[in-house]
Amino acid sequence: MMKLEVLVREEKVTEVVDLLERLGYPGVTLYSVEGRGAQGGLVEQFRGRAYEIPFLPKVKLEVVIRDGDCEKVANAVVQAVRTGEIGDGKIFMYPVADVIRIRTGERGECAL
Amino acid sequence: MRRFWVFFFFILVLLGMNVVWAQDPIGQTTLQENPALPTDYVWILVCGFLVFFMQAGFAMVETGFCRVKNTTNLLSKNLVDFVVASLIFFAVGYGFLKGNDVGGFIGSGFWFLRGEAYDVGTYLDFFWQLVFCGTAATIVSGAVAERLKFSAYLVYTFFVSLFIYPVYAHWVWGGGWLAQLPFGLGHADFAGSGVVHAIGGMVGLAGAMVLGPRFGKYTKDGKPRAIPGHNMSLAALGTFILWFGWFGFNPGSTFSAHHLRIAVVAVNTNLAAAAGAFVTLLIMRAKTKRWDLGMALNGTLGGLVAVTAPCAWIEAWAAVVIGAIAGLLVVGGVYFLESKGIDDPVGAVSVHGINGLWGLISVGLFADGTYGLYSLEAPYVTGLFYGGGAGQLWAQLIGAGMVTLWGLGLGYVLFKVMDIIFGIRVSPEEELRGLDIQEHGTPAYPEFTHHRTFLAG
Repeated sequence: MMKLEVLVREEKVTEVVDLLERLGYPGVTLYSVEGRGAQGGLVEQFRGRAYEIPFLPKVKLEVVIRDGDCEKVANAVVQAVRTGEIGDGKIFMYPVADVIRIRTGERGECAL
Repeated sequence: MRRFWVFFFFILVLLGMNVVWAQDPIGQTTLQENPALPTDYVWILVCGFLVFFMQAGFAMVETGFCRVKNTTNLLSKNLVDFVVASLIFFAVGYGFLKGNDVGGFIGSGFWFLRGEAYDVGTYLDFFWQLVFCGTAATIVSGAVAERLKFSAYLVYTFFVSLFIYPVYAHWVWGGGWLAQLPFGLGHADFAGSGVVHAIGGMVGLAGAMVLGPRFGKYTKDGKPRAIPGHNMSLAALGTFILWFGWFGFNPGSTFSAHHLRIAVVAVNTNLAAAAGAFVTLLIMRAKTKRWDLGMALNGTLGGLVAVTAPCAWIEAWAAVVIGAIAGLLVVGGVYFLESKGIDDPVGAVSVHGINGLWGLISVGLFADGTYGLYSLEAPYVTGLFYGGGAGQLWAQLIGAGMVTLWGLGLGYVLFKVMDIIFGIRVSPEEELRGLDIQEHGTPAYPEFTHHRTFLAG
């Protein structure tokens, strides 16, 4: 199994969640996060003076994928959220050792 | 403390014994003498209620332009300044303003609105003067926001409504020496660009100077930084409330509904606000490539402050010019004060102080000789551009100089003495956490815990 940490623009969240559901992964955790990448921060202005917001708001989704689906899901997410502009986000992939479904005690991929 | 209360009640008993026959506390005689008076009474009271509503406007502008963590503190300050001003102005302040003139310097009489003051006419005048006193007092809270102790604000409000405001107002509106200047018709300030706004702005400047800038306002090498306010909706609502309140502030200052000049006053008031806002918006667009709402709101108020002194004595085109220059002065003032290391979180000094002075001076230039000193009869106030010569302008310049000296000087002494005795600034820890928790125990928005705290440059 593989955990995908998907960092995306706030406005792309629904699209990713719908896509994952279609691909058979309704279970997803998401966080509102602030961070920065190549895009840098934002410049805002208050009563005539500009100031920098060094971190931008993004959404981080975490989803765990069965081994065979990994490439397919990752590629589909990339296709869905890519605009080609700086700030599209990133996907980090980590191997997952095991999963336990707390209600039944099931383990492994069938607990996903 | 107990001795104080004994003394206090002793004074009250003395006052009670000292009953002079009241003039007309019911108003029956007053009405019989002039059956047309109800129009005036209702006009002045309704306008007074509008001026009172400006307290809400100030409260919203100031909290909107400041950060979440100081909201409860700012709202509390805006509450107590009117509360303290009401009580002190009733007890003593009004007597200093409108009592019998002593040497052109101060009034004496009407204490606690008793005796001869127990009269509908005097109570009407008291109410009108009180809402103006409250406005002057509340201007200062913006300039000293986010770092002045609540206790220091209480003491400040006491002295401003006891002495600083009433004595200066006596000089201009109580028949004092500024009103009697031998130039033009004497110093003329129709609704209080100087008496109310410049006094508030100058005392605020003094407070900001004694306090020093907020933590984080300047970088280590002294470059000013923006500290964005937390709610532009409140700032805009507050500005509209003030604009609306000004339709009582200026037209009501005729102190008579029988002066149909009130229509001219209302139009002038509105045009100056519009010109101030528009010019500010354009300057900021040219300077920063942005349509800067915060500065435009300041520009609106700057126009209103500037037209407050001349509004009854000018034509509409002059109101537009006066408001446009006020917009320029607001922008210039904000950047100038910032560059001098003076931190005025809401722009109160530029809006009320600098434009208060400009309003006074503009009377000496634009007064068109069609309306007298709160009177339909001659002599009429006439400025330089309408063939009145430089006399009125001199009277205005002297008044502008005096209001600066009086407001800034006494304000500085007041804040400095308080600072030496008990310290007027909150501790650095409290300033960082915000004044709401330590001073009041009440965060303004307890359900919201996430703040954007990573601001740089």
